[in-house]
Amino acid sequence: MTKKEKEPEHTSAGIVKTEYFTFCEPPHPLKLSSGRKLGPITLAYETCGTLNENKSNAVLILHALSGDAHAAGYHSEKDKSPGWWDTYIGPGKAFDTDKYFIICSNVIGGCSGSTGPASINPATGKPYALDFPMVTISDMVNAQKRLIDHLGIKKLLSVAGGSMGGMQALQWTISYPDMVESCIGIATSASLSAQGIALNEVGRQAIFNDPKWNSGNYYESSLPKAGLSLARMIGHITYLSEKHMHEKFGRKFQDSANAGKDMNPEFMVESYLRHQGVKFVERFDANSYIYITRAIDHFDLRADYGGSLTAAFENVSANYLIISFTTDWLYPTGNSKEIVRALRVNGKNVNYTDIETDNGHDAFLLPNELLEKNIKNFLKSELKKSEI
Amino acid sequence: MEEFKIGYDLVIAEIPEGSRVLDLGCGDGTLLKLLHEQKNVSGFGVEISEEGVSQCVEKGVYCYQADIDEGLSDYRDNSFDYVILNQTIQNTKRPDYVIREVLRIGKKAIVSFPNFGYYRTRAYLMFNGTMPVNKLLPYQWYDSPNIHLLTIKDMIRMAPDFSFSIISEKHFSVSGIDRSNIISIAPNLLAEYGFFVITSIES
Repeated sequence: MTKKEKEPEHTSAGIVKTEYFTFCEPPHPLKLSSGRKLGPITLAYETCGTLNENKSNAVLILHALSGDAHAAGYHSEKDKSPGWWDTYIGPGKAFDTDKYFIICSNVIGGCSGSTGPASINPATGKPYALDFPMVTISDMVNAQKRLIDHLGIKKLLSVAGGSMGGMQALQWTISYPDMVESCIGIATSASLSAQGIALNEVGRQAIFNDPKWNSGNYYESSLPKAGLSLARMIGHITYLSEKHMHEKFGRKFQDSANAGKDMNPEFMVESYLRHQGVKFVERFDANSYIYITRAIDHFDLRADYGGSLTAAFENVSANYLIISFTTDWLYPTGNSKEIVRALRVNGKNVNYTDIETDNGHDAFLLPNELLEKNIKNFLKSELKKSEI
Repeated sequence: MEEFKIGYDLVIAEIPEGSRVLDLGCGDGTLLKLLHEQKNVSGFGVEISEEGVSQCVEKGVYCYQADIDEGLSDYRDNSFDYVILNQTIQNTKRPDYVIREVLRIGKKAIVSFPNFGYYRTRAYLMFNGTMPVNKLLPYQWYDSPNIHLLTIKDMIRMAPDFSFSIISEKHFSVSGIDRSNIISIAPNLLAEYGFFVITSIES
């Protein structure tokens, strides 16, 4: 072919609509890892692209701690901000909606349409609050599996996500090896480091210590905004690298004329964090933050398999693309290398690259040419292999 | 690009259908792709550069980014039918360690490298009195990735110490573009490249 390859058009996935799937109605609740039962369960989900005739082009996107089902596109014409992974999902993008059918659902325990602590407990008619059972990454995956069954998809071309999304993707390949052709795990880990758990705990303590939290019973009074926004501020520090923070803010003042005169935010980095905190409390539930960070902390594939990560990946059949970022200190390179090691010792197919960037953990959400190229090429070759 | 193709024809000819192969220093994945297409090989690659891994992904070749010396100890004994060290052994920090590990994890190993005993290389050093810079070794001493250069004879001499036997030797020179001419007479002097298929004596 002499035709010049068409320059991919990076456009939007367009208007997407949140849909809801309710299952596990009584008397068939979902049995959770803790042994407790939950039902009925609703999952909020969105799709873009078209499912092909063989249903062989479905990709499940898994979101991170603060994400939701709205991964790409816009909710309305007037909507100003696109979905959380719009950089990578859309026509001609890494997850090309012209080629793949993209599904993303809000996790259980979440607060963006799926059943979580803010949902009404059918037994009491009031929000669950702390009566909501503990959920694990594995429980989130089991709920998503019901959704995939409901959509009539027997095998996913790929499960993909960054951070906690990557944990879910890994869990998918272990829990349902026959249902996944491939897995894309970005800036993720088979277990969170002690440092990561420590920082999550500081975030939770910020919420617990907000008097408005009231042991989780705040839905009918005022919300623990101070605690949740502080938790978010701490989170944001962990998502950035020292270098990225320096480049983005340096020691620049927000308003140099008033610097040092009172306790208002002075440095740009302070206003940035406060802004992130304030923005977050408008859309996120404090109890969900507690439940989901707990799920992240407890995720441990090694512990699930008698202390051996190699044993965890023994029976998987997916092909993997694992990517880490050089300046990510929350989910450092070593965490990804451990996963890769376990996979290759088992003779599994794995691609791994450590992308050089200053953007820290946040890198998976920001535009990165190499990340885009690797995802795109990996999916392309996995689709081709799956069709043989 | 030409450097990457060195010895590909000989490697492909050596490896039987359907083998499990580990290619150490697989570059852009071309050799593994050819092995898959022509011999239905299950191939795995190790490559140090981000760029190389990315090109492998594009070709559908599975490859992880690491130093060659890194992580070989993780593999179980005889995990692979063949381990390939094609124009790589002279780049490793610890060739002794790499050779021992390669013999342990592979049933057989293919080791091919630029032969420092080649007469033109010898003559270069002899007459110029400086480190040879030629088609085989296109670097100055200070920017060369070739930190452990060796001759065909060196490889033969290490066999008893490293407990390997030499299954075959196909030392060669490259003429034209993609063809390797096997040099069987005085290869340590006349062949540009050494090419060995070796196996551990214990296995």
